[in-house]
Amino acid sequence: MIEISNINKTYETGNKALKDINIQIADGEFVFIMGRSGSGKSTLLKLLLKEAEPTSGRIVVNDMNLQKMPRRYVPKYRRRLGVVFQDFRLLKDRSVFENVAFAQRVVGASPRTIRESVPEMLKMVGLSAKYKMLPRQLSGGEQQRVAIARALINRPEVLLADEPTGNLDHQNAIEIMKLLKEINEGGTTVVVVTHSQEIVEQMGGRVITLERGRLISDEVKGGHSDET
Amino acid sequence: MRLSTFWYCLKQGVKNICRNIWFSLASAATISACIFLFCLFFSIIGNIQYMVQHVESTVGITVLFDETLPEEQILALGEQIGQRTEIKSMNYVSAQEAWDTFKTEYFAGHEELAEGFADDNPLAGSASYEIYLHDIEQQEGLVAYLEGLEGVRQVNYSNTTAAGFSSFNKMISLLSLVIIGVLLAVAVFLINNTISVAAAFRKQESQIMRLIGATNFMIRSPFIVEGVLIGLMGAVIPLIGMYFLYTRTVVYLMERFHILSNMLYFIPIEEIYPLMVGVALILGIGIGFFGSFFTIRKYLKV
Ligand SMILES: Nc1ncnc2c1ncn2[C@@H]1O[C@H](COP(=O)(O)OP(=O)(O)O)[C@@H](O)[C@H]1O
Ligand SMILES: [Mg+2]
Repeated sequence: MIEISNINKTYETGNKALKDINIQIADGEFVFIMGRSGSGKSTLLKLLLKEAEPTSGRIVVNDMNLQKMPRRYVPKYRRRLGVVFQDFRLLKDRSVFENVAFAQRVVGASPRTIRESVPEMLKMVGLSAKYKMLPRQLSGGEQQRVAIARALINRPEVLLADEPTGNLDHQNAIEIMKLLKEINEGGTTVVVVTHSQEIVEQMGGRVITLERGRLISDEVKGGHSDET
Repeated sequence: MRLSTFWYCLKQGVKNICRNIWFSLASAATISACIFLFCLFFSIIGNIQYMVQHVESTVGITVLFDETLPEEQILALGEQIGQRTEIKSMNYVSAQEAWDTFKTEYFAGHEELAEGFADDNPLAGSASYEIYLHDIEQQEGLVAYLEGLEGVRQVNYSNTTAAGFSSFNKMISLLSLVIIGVLLAVAVFLINNTISVAAAFRKQESQIMRLIGATNFMIRSPFIVEGVLIGLMGAVIPLIGMYFLYTRTVVYLMERFHILSNMLYFIPIEEIYPLMVGVALILGIGIGFFGSFFTIRKYLKV
């Protein structure tokens, strides 16, 4: 359960990125956050990741009040979230396998856990055959799949994706979206930021729209993804 | 922490060093120079002190008394002198003992020649005290005191090199402190630079780690490992060098100046080396650890 209540965020520059935002997301939901560039979408995700602090308001994730969370608990909290970015953010000098394993290594998982869960995750995103390759040897869509595998490897309760298809062509974008939907069907709450009207219309579901830092609509749209 | 996590951190630290090998080597070399000089001065100062102590224990002050002074009064004066705190030990040499020593030294093998003096000690009135001090630097003050005493005829002392050694030692300590201090500053500066470069290189990785939920400890560990390894390198190299230098130098000096062999006493390597190893390791690892720790705190605010 994610509860965002009366959130305001003003950057030190005086930029009002978010104004009085109220959103509730239930466990297992799939939510799109729409809006033009600069409307505050990334800022909202940053607040959820506790990368930035709101100027006022309250965020509660799975009964944890982020504003009251002690600093040393933040790493543990972040392990319960998975995050994916537009630019993939893979480690260029490491193989697909290592990129995914990395997320487990840095939280101190055992070698055995890593050996077992990485191939399983790569299979899920459809990259079993390419585990030895370096990121630059993969297409954009494949790189994003690696990033998704990395985000999911520690079994987070929530997956946050900031314009995950922004660098991909339409076909690849739809495939990534379908993968995210699949992940959501496995029980993970998924929040996807995008500014592509086309994708949202095709996929359907709950769509929250931001405009210049304000929430202007929160509605359920019917998708027609199976028609393509 | 898991063993595998430890190995992972170690590997990342080594990777940091390899990626930036010249900076790392420069840092290690500076630390090496710093520790080498430390060991060098440490050996010099330590050995001089060792020799001075030796000289102090063999060279003392001899106090001679007025020839007419009866033995009881000499002993009473001895009691009084013995109150002085700077005295480590003193012993009384009676006229008879002085003569006996003299006989064995000068008439060695021809004791019969000395028989003529048998009943008439030629050294009568030469009863004396031999005094040894804690610290050779207090010699001057004590001599002045002794010369001022009623009944003291003469005070013999060697204005030895020992006192000179002591002040030389002080000067060299000061000089070494200054040089080591400067080198230490250079070493910290270089470590700082090396770690900053590594931090810039790993910026994205560190950021990803942060978002994945790695602890600060985990994010910083490659840099700390890097610093500590550089420090360790900087300690081991001069220690190996010092071992050979020390043993060779001692042998060389002993051969070259064998005339002075009764004055040249060196601390045996097995006594001085463990101390050097301990201090050098603490110094090297300390510089590496704190240098990287404070740099990384500045660069990777989490
Ligand atoms: N670190 C920052 N400092 C100052 N202003 C920022 C910062 N990050 C974002 N902003 C501003 O906040 C607003 C919202 O940005 P962002 O959340 O990135 O929008 P979106 O992701 O929807 O494109 C923009 O006007 C942007 O310029
Ligand atoms: Mg954005």
